[in-house]
Amino acid sequence: MAQAAIELIGINKSFGAVRANRDINLEVERGTIHGIVGENGAGKSTLMSILYGFYQADSGEIRVGGKPVSIHTSNDAIALGIGMVHQHFMLVDNFTVLENVILGAESDALLKSSITKARSELDRLEREYGLEVDPDAVIEELPVGLQQRVEILKALYRGAEILILDEPTGVLTPAEADHLFRILKQLKDQGKTIVLITHKLREIMAITDTVSVMRQGTMVATRTTKETTVGELAELMVGRRVLLRVEKGQSEAGAVKLSVKNLTVKDQRGVTMVDDVSFDVRGGEIVGIAGVAGNGQSELLEAISGIRHAVSGEVMLDGKPIDLTGKADPGELRDRGLAHVPEDRHHVGLVLAFEENENSILGYHDDERYLKGPFLDVDAIMADAKDKIEKYDIRPTNPRLKTANFSGGNQQKIVLAREMEQDPGVLIVGQPTRGVDVGAIEFIHKRLIAMRDQGKAVLVVSVELDEIRSLSDRILVMFAGRVVGERGPDATEGELGLLMAGVEHQEAAE
Amino acid sequence: MFNAIVQVLDSTIRLSVPLLLACLAGLYSERAGIFDIGLEGKMLVGAFAGASAAAVFHSALIGLGTAILISVAFALVHGFASITHRGNQIVSGVAINFIAAGSTIILGQAWFSQGGRTPALQPGERFAAITWPGADAIRDVPIIGPIYAELISGHSILVYFAFAMVPFTWWVLFRTRFGLRMRAVGENPAAVDTAGISVAWLRYRALICTGILTGVAGAYLSMAQNGGFVKDMTAGKGYIALAALIFAKWKPVNAMFACLLFGFLDAASIRLQGSPLPLVGKVPAQFMQALPYVLTVILLAGFIGKAIPPRAGGVPYVKER
Repeated sequence: MAQAAIELIGINKSFGAVRANRDINLEVERGTIHGIVGENGAGKSTLMSILYGFYQADSGEIRVGGKPVSIHTSNDAIALGIGMVHQHFMLVDNFTVLENVILGAESDALLKSSITKARSELDRLEREYGLEVDPDAVIEELPVGLQQRVEILKALYRGAEILILDEPTGVLTPAEADHLFRILKQLKDQGKTIVLITHKLREIMAITDTVSVMRQGTMVATRTTKETTVGELAELMVGRRVLLRVEKGQSEAGAVKLSVKNLTVKDQRGVTMVDDVSFDVRGGEIVGIAGVAGNGQSELLEAISGIRHAVSGEVMLDGKPIDLTGKADPGELRDRGLAHVPEDRHHVGLVLAFEENENSILGYHDDERYLKGPFLDVDAIMADAKDKIEKYDIRPTNPRLKTANFSGGNQQKIVLAREMEQDPGVLIVGQPTRGVDVGAIEFIHKRLIAMRDQGKAVLVVSVELDEIRSLSDRILVMFAGRVVGERGPDATEGELGLLMAGVEHQEAAE
Repeated sequence: MFNAIVQVLDSTIRLSVPLLLACLAGLYSERAGIFDIGLEGKMLVGAFAGASAAAVFHSALIGLGTAILISVAFALVHGFASITHRGNQIVSGVAINFIAAGSTIILGQAWFSQGGRTPALQPGERFAAITWPGADAIRDVPIIGPIYAELISGHSILVYFAFAMVPFTWWVLFRTRFGLRMRAVGENPAAVDTAGISVAWLRYRALICTGILTGVAGAYLSMAQNGGFVKDMTAGKGYIALAALIFAKWKPVNAMFACLLFGFLDAASIRLQGSPLPLVGKVPAQFMQALPYVLTVILLAGFIGKAIPPRAGGVPYVKER
């Protein structure tokens, strides 16, 4: 058997009363891609942070290349050839690529020699691994895929033999993710060891050699990827059988609730983002909008929910028009029964610094249920929040906790609970399960189906094709701002993929 | 007329020096992500400590050293509160200003019993003007003479130090490892931390730089521009320096021009006091005194475009879970 690159033996780590890691054992073989899966909060990131010297383990042993080591700071880890690509990039946005690469790895007190050295080194890495990036580009002007590449370059520049990637595809488009996987395979072929932390099981199946599953701070299993299935991994992660595809009955579409006609939206620069889009959503059906991120779906959602100005066209809610000048009062739209779960829950959906109970009524806070005269009725709000927490299985169950301290999946549930519990006639949802783990995805999907079965009109925009296919009664595909096709729920992935890539659209145009 | 202009420009230089030193001081700390509203206080204690030590030990250099030492000590207090204990940087800065304003008067009265003043400094105890070679000889040459003799020659060593600090600061920021890391820690401390560099130590070092420069600024006020310490002698210069820093978008060369502009407004208002202006006639002295501040507000509000401060400014660094 080949030598292990990393061995973790009996690692324990607690944060206060929370045991983030208990008795973790892990062995990663040299020259392989090893996946670590688990739900949010299962302790994957903590474990890797211990390996990278960001935290100290309470007990346990780390061996790198067979030798016991002690890693107290990131510097120790870097010296041992361990590099990490964090989920949130650790880059200085207004620095150039070069400056970011040399930061902390400068060869002497002046920058000149470091810069010369880094320039030729980047050139070499580019040739060896196909990691092309302009060394003089400023980070904030690069797309996220390239920013991530800079993170990888940073690690390689520091001589990393072992590369840890924490949820690397969370921010990437499918094409960027594919490119990343090609790079990782190439790195593996060159003898590097890669540890991939993710909660996306498809990625694990596609790229890893072995996979370890974590649940609630413990390591529950390690499998050879070829010999396992998505179903088995999901079950190991959640601890019970998981429906990867929700069951749903036939839809009984009723009257048209939301009608979009010839809608055109431009962005700040004047570029047409939504181009003459028309569709209807009926009560009792879920309409899914598929598409690669950036093809106008976000702008479409924002225009319908009254936060973005539309150039022309009209949107009818229950037969009455919505003000599309961008001056529509979202409060008024809420009163008319339009609920909106925004794509970006951190910036639009929630105020992270607020307590959970405050976020659970935000936007509906002037509803008289929550008021006592001119004042907020705290008791009513707390009771309401507790009710939602129970109904939507939001954890932890403390409504006084700051929203920032909830995991992504639970934050999403807070938003969904707020919007769904208003009993809206029309629900529009952007990226319902972005950054949400398997168990919670199942729950959210069931809820959306339940809304449909109650006769609500549901519009879902998602970049996850599986999600669209699993939820939708009708699928619209957007490409370059236009709806380029409509399909039923039985459309194949390949068929939708071609539409999303604009293939059919271009042929039609010729 | 020409001589009048040269005189105004000369006092522009003198008046802008404490602003410039304080502004560069603020640049070091703010670039490292620590807001420092306590520039004013640090300058004030520097001025007091410098003048006191100079008067007691009869040495300008000992005075300067003491000014720097005390000012750095106050900077470290700010660091202890806002870096080590992650306190609110504005509150800590304001506290430093209050302590400085109160303690300088009390200690001054206790030690020297001159109503909060320090004893008038004798020659040798203060920084004298340096006359450049040939300045007196060509003084009477038209145009070049006054410019050389008045503008370039005839300032104390601290004036030349202040202007030398401009290119030096630029060089430190953009050409050294320390500067790169300092800029990085003001933008994204997590990136610095994961690169294996101590965020706290880096920020402390930046604050030490701040302390040194505010110390020199204080010493200039009490030991070069004036011959002793007078209570509240900084008179809001620390705040104007902060305004100049924003105006300069946290860049050293811009900072110099911003400070010269504020110094010029100050010099012009002094010059124009009491003398009638064309068309308007005689203007009340208060109006002229207020002019620099009014212009500051107008300039800052409308003429600088978008000033983006260092992104991690004012936020204590906490390791994320």
